[in-house]
Amino acid sequence: MNTRTEVRLWAAQRISAMVLGVCVFVHLITIMVAMRGGLSAAEILERTQGNWAWFVFYVVFVAAVVVHAPIGLRTIIEEWLGWRGTWLDILLVVLAAALGLWGLRAVWAVFA
Amino acid sequence: MSDFLTVRVWRGDEQGGFQTFEVPRLESQTVLDVVSHIQRQLDPTLAYRFACRVGMCGSCAMTVNGKARWTCRTHVAKVAADGNLELAPLAHLPVVRDLVTDMSAFFDKWARARGQFHPTATRKDPFARIRPDSAQRINADAGIECIGCGVCYASCDVVQWRPDYLGPAALNRAWTLVNDERDGAQAERLRAVAGDAGCHACHTHLSCTERCPKHISPTAGIAGLKRAAMKAALRGDL
Amino acid sequence: MKTDWRARNHPAWWAFLVHRISGIVLTLFLPFHFWVLGMALNDAARMDDFFAWADRPLVKVAEAGLVILLAAHLTGGLRLMALEFLAWRGWQKDLLAVAAGLTVIAGVVFAYVV
Repeated sequence: MNTRTEVRLWAAQRISAMVLGVCVFVHLITIMVAMRGGLSAAEILERTQGNWAWFVFYVVFVAAVVVHAPIGLRTIIEEWLGWRGTWLDILLVVLAAALGLWGLRAVWAVFA
Repeated sequence: MSDFLTVRVWRGDEQGGFQTFEVPRLESQTVLDVVSHIQRQLDPTLAYRFACRVGMCGSCAMTVNGKARWTCRTHVAKVAADGNLELAPLAHLPVVRDLVTDMSAFFDKWARARGQFHPTATRKDPFARIRPDSAQRINADAGIECIGCGVCYASCDVVQWRPDYLGPAALNRAWTLVNDERDGAQAERLRAVAGDAGCHACHTHLSCTERCPKHISPTAGIAGLKRAAMKAALRGDL
Repeated sequence: MKTDWRARNHPAWWAFLVHRISGIVLTLFLPFHFWVLGMALNDAARMDDFFAWADRPLVKVAEAGLVILLAAHLTGGLRLMALEFLAWRGWQKDLLAVAAGLTVIAGVVFAYVV
């Protein structure tokens, strides 16, 4: 991987981190509110079903995670397992795509 | 204060082991005093490196009770209150023998990080006028007292995990030159220090900042390099 | 030679370890989290069955652990970006204390609501 791409990945992780900073903060508040009196599917769906604001929020949340987590994993795998190279980068792109689709499926499930 | 120190000293190369010596405890004794006592009185074959004894030359750094330190200005009372000392060569560098490491890789990385000054003026030109209170001058001042002892390099885990990582000292040097407006190799230097083997590999462990005997914060300079190189990469100039 | 724990035993190194471990655990948890939410797609009753199963002390403790890790990764990440992007000053340990404090508060609030 050339230096410019490495630096852009680094920047992408920071920019996605800034988005996640807002998303995770909102998510933590939501958890605290939603967990009062236990969880139920009806309660979750009442909040999210047909609600475009939550839909857009969660799509952005998933997208930011898809950028952020695989870049971090790549660094950890390189440093702690010593695996590096093009095939690792390809594997992480595939994992990122799978995580994104799996996440969007979950977002759709509570919206539709 | 007990009368004797128990000192375990690394002997041999990477495959060596610790040898124990008993050294008389003295007032205001430094770790380098202890090593010198062993070499002069107990075992003349002990290999170690020192020169100035006053914290200027950067040649006497070793691992003292697990932490990299300059030994000439480290008092025994500070690091071995219980009377036990463990001395080993600096980490992350090949061991030549006993307490001596081969520092070539460390200094080669200064060169790879474009640590050389590239002048843009000749002796016929007037002096550059740099305000002492300019932000760049202040940034450079914060890093230029480095004595090249290798303590930060031996303390940095990223150096261990990524053997091609330039390391804190080389990046600190590059940062002082990035802030030198007389230097003419800025674009090349940013290219040399960016990316996974350069400043962007730093995880802000702050071990270099924690251990630097000159109280420099290489982490601060590395953060500056990260920002400068990121701007260049996003502009497409890297 | 390599360094050992003695060289790493300072606050910022432990903060790094918390950040890295929490990042790994949260990433591994995500597919499972999405799987549970995805249950709403076909049969919301299955989701309620899962919530009924999850209503036991051990799972609650695990959930609290995840919330604390999420809060720790958030506050630790904000700390890192402050160090990387803002002007350097001698506030590394203050930032660390604030990040740790906010993480503890998140854990206490979560323990209070469940």
